[in-house]
Amino acid sequence: MSSALDTLLPMLIVCSSLVPGAVIFLVREDSHLLRTTLNMAGALTKLVLVGVMIWGVYHEHDYESRINLAPGLDLVFAADALSVLFVTLSTVLWLVTTIYAIGYLERTPNRSRFFGFFSLCVSATVGIALAGNLLTFVICYEILTLATYPLVAHRGTPEATRGARIYLYYTLSGGALLLLGAVWLQTLAGPLDFVQGGILGALPTALHGQFQVIFVLLLAGLGVKAALVPLHGWLPQSMVAPAPVSALLHAVAVVKAGAFGIVRVVYDVYGVGLSASLGLLGLLGLLASITIVYGSLRALVQDGLKARLAYSTVSQVSYIALGTSIFGPIATVGGLVHLVHQGIMKITLFFCAGNYAETLGVHRVSQMDGVGRRMPWTTLAFSAGALGMIGIPPLAGFVSKWYLGLGAIDGGAGWVLVVLAASGLLNAAYFLPILYRAWFRAPPEQWPQEHISRRRLETRAALLWPPLVTAALCVLAGLLAAAPFSPLEWAELIARREYDR
Amino acid sequence: MSASLPLAVSLPLLGALATTLAPRRARTLGLIAALASSAVVAWLVVAVWTQGALRVDLGGWSAPLGIGLEAGGANTLLLAMTALVALAISVHAGDYFRDRIQLGHFWPLWLLLWAALNALLLAADLFNIYVGLELLGLAGAALAALGGSRAALSASLRYLLVGLLGSMTYLLGVALIYTAYGQLDLGLLATQLTAGAAEATALALLTLGLAFKAALFPLHFWLPPTHANAPAPVSAALSALVGKVAAWLILLLWLGPFATVTAPAGATLLGLLGACGVVWGSWRALRAERLKLLAAHSTVAQIGYLFIFVPLLQGLAPGSERTTLIGALLLMALTHGFAKAAFFLAAGQVQQHAGHDRISDLGGTAQRLPATTFTLGLAGVALIGLPPSGSFIGKWLLLEAAIAQGQWWWIAPLLAGTLLAAAYVFRVLARAFNLEPTPQRFVNQGRAELPGLVLAVIAVVGLGLAAGGLWGLLEAVEVER
Repeated sequence: MSSALDTLLPMLIVCSSLVPGAVIFLVREDSHLLRTTLNMAGALTKLVLVGVMIWGVYHEHDYESRINLAPGLDLVFAADALSVLFVTLSTVLWLVTTIYAIGYLERTPNRSRFFGFFSLCVSATVGIALAGNLLTFVICYEILTLATYPLVAHRGTPEATRGARIYLYYTLSGGALLLLGAVWLQTLAGPLDFVQGGILGALPTALHGQFQVIFVLLLAGLGVKAALVPLHGWLPQSMVAPAPVSALLHAVAVVKAGAFGIVRVVYDVYGVGLSASLGLLGLLGLLASITIVYGSLRALVQDGLKARLAYSTVSQVSYIALGTSIFGPIATVGGLVHLVHQGIMKITLFFCAGNYAETLGVHRVSQMDGVGRRMPWTTLAFSAGALGMIGIPPLAGFVSKWYLGLGAIDGGAGWVLVVLAASGLLNAAYFLPILYRAWFRAPPEQWPQEHISRRRLETRAALLWPPLVTAALCVLAGLLAAAPFSPLEWAELIARREYDR
Repeated sequence: MSASLPLAVSLPLLGALATTLAPRRARTLGLIAALASSAVVAWLVVAVWTQGALRVDLGGWSAPLGIGLEAGGANTLLLAMTALVALAISVHAGDYFRDRIQLGHFWPLWLLLWAALNALLLAADLFNIYVGLELLGLAGAALAALGGSRAALSASLRYLLVGLLGSMTYLLGVALIYTAYGQLDLGLLATQLTAGAAEATALALLTLGLAFKAALFPLHFWLPPTHANAPAPVSAALSALVGKVAAWLILLLWLGPFATVTAPAGATLLGLLGACGVVWGSWRALRAERLKLLAAHSTVAQIGYLFIFVPLLQGLAPGSERTTLIGALLLMALTHGFAKAAFFLAAGQVQQHAGHDRISDLGGTAQRLPATTFTLGLAGVALIGLPPSGSFIGKWLLLEAAIAQGQWWWIAPLLAGTLLAAAYVFRVLARAFNLEPTPQRFVNQGRAELPGLVLAVIAVVGLGLAAGGLWGLLEAVEVER
């Protein structure tokens, strides 16, 4: 492979959605074909480029695009095993979500605006995944905030504007703290390139006090997007967004960006050893555990289906932080693999929730009686996602929890098992009743608002295929966990490179 | 090459003359003058880039006798920003003024203002700056009155009087220096000035006079009514260019010739006033009920940011750290200039469409003008200082310097200003999402909407991602001028 490709590839991956996104803004509202072509061309190009990158990184190839912004400040997009994990997840799910969104938004206004910002949002997420230093990460992290705001407010109803405003309050305040922490750290340590094993370990111990304060600042900034309690308040509010946006927000873009940032800071800035010796992992583990249990408890009492899923996200995303907070390679694998597994499971659930609402007008759990008979395929996909979340083998969620549990024992953090068990029970308590209603209760005489009548398929094809594909991924990720290039194998590769230096 | 310096001042002046003589063809002539002036500035930038700093002594009389014009790194950059913004305003204004008489008045005054701005940026001695300031004040006040309403007239009269007071104070400072040193050339003064009571008084007077013009807190009281009541292209010029140039002149005096006279306490005072301006201006912008008033208050805040650099630069010895920080200052000034002009042009567009600019009733209009709303959004991003705009990088470097020098208290106004700016920008943008019908196209009126959009894109994308070149120019040329 030529060296020009090595320096261009990360930038090309970012641009493959950025450029179509910018063009889509200019597309006439009624040019559906052109807009769809641009969307799909971007998504497929990105998929091919990411495929090349996976191959390259597996063979220890170095990819780095670097632009000098100012003296001492570089915009760096680079590829390592961790970024490839997140980039692949975003790229695959973006493709699926784009198809879903095209079906979902049929005949609604402002689609050029929507898909423009949608592409910007994915570009920012991919930028976060490929960020090679903390500055680049912060830049993409803030652009992500800006790009998702119009998506949350898209519907234009008063609730949507309100939800978007709350989202913005939380994320911009968090962003300010993150900025402060990042700048402060840079004055102490110089340019903060992400290096496996961290770069702060080599600095004098006199700075350790400041490192601890900075970690709290960074964690506050990242915790907002990762929805760590008590910074999670925006997440249930922002579910007023259209279903494809919620799906993307909860599975790939926003909450994942926060969780991914925590992983980056712990492993590639501080270094897991230093984080442990400064007591920072304990703080993170405590916050994550509280969040896991609190989110599940709140999910239990929600009747709105999307609200229940939103609190479930609060809880599930913290598994990633929990895995990061336990010192030891096995827990690391559990946390990292959950980054992928939570994404595919949660996106399935949100697609299905969108299908119920769009097809039948079903928004609440209490309206879901017998929905499995009217929409069997959607409900099948929903069941796969829900059972995976509970952690039933052989689905994806089981693999994550298994590694987290093993890792906890290995890392001498037995109390984590209690958290995992409690959370597993709570997950079952809020998902199983939904499945019971959907499959075993009798359907009502009339659905709340049947928008799409049943023909050959139970709903529009563009709405049905995406959840089926992602549900299949949930099953495959669990069944074929030991296959080469599975998320688990890749997470183990990352953990090996982190701990065996 | 050096002919480009006097041409940069005289071309807009010639344009002003031509548009006065042929008011019927004012628009064509004005646009030609605008294009020619921008082309000369482009030529000048290339010349400085390739050859380093340029200096011309008019008529061959060298300092201290003659009149000198000088183009270094920093003022060339500001000159380029002025030219781009002025070009955009010129294109936009052709569509904005429907009234023939207004148009006939606008072009000569506007080109005169442009000439004054270029003269101020290139001036190499204190007295030239005074002449430029008078010209700037007169042209600016007359332009601000073009709106014609009672509020606009009283605001512009106040602007005129404040401007006169400012230039008188400035002139007093010039007199003190001339009495003590017998010459006014900035380059010579830099080598001769020593710390003393007379010099300190002179610097205080010069700063005070310029602070009136720059609307540095608490001397900003005249700015919001003037800028809010002027026609949008005029507000854009006043907010983006006039205030910036006056502020730059203060910074130039403090960091250049008078560096030996300044004391840390004075620098801290300037920084403190800047910080107050940031917080107060942002707060008032948040409370403003009209879009243009919001933009005007936010100008007070943006000017404030520049002065926070003073206490951090004051004690810094020449070197890469200082160059970096001066670059950050310029980057912030440039970004704000582009963004504020874009914001005002877009606000004017909204006002013309809706017939008012009350923020609470903007909903439908914002939805009907996607390109204009987009401009407001992009300009807003730059005003807040969010990435990838140039002001984000400027703010990052400013924060870094504040922490590295242990002057951590400057963090508070910076973060407060950022969050307040986010609040007032998104207060406007939130109106753009509602259930009103939307047009099929993104851009509906090219000549009116595109200039602002281009400026906003420069502020956010151009200055954000291609800012590296700015330091290239600064390092190639002697930094201070």
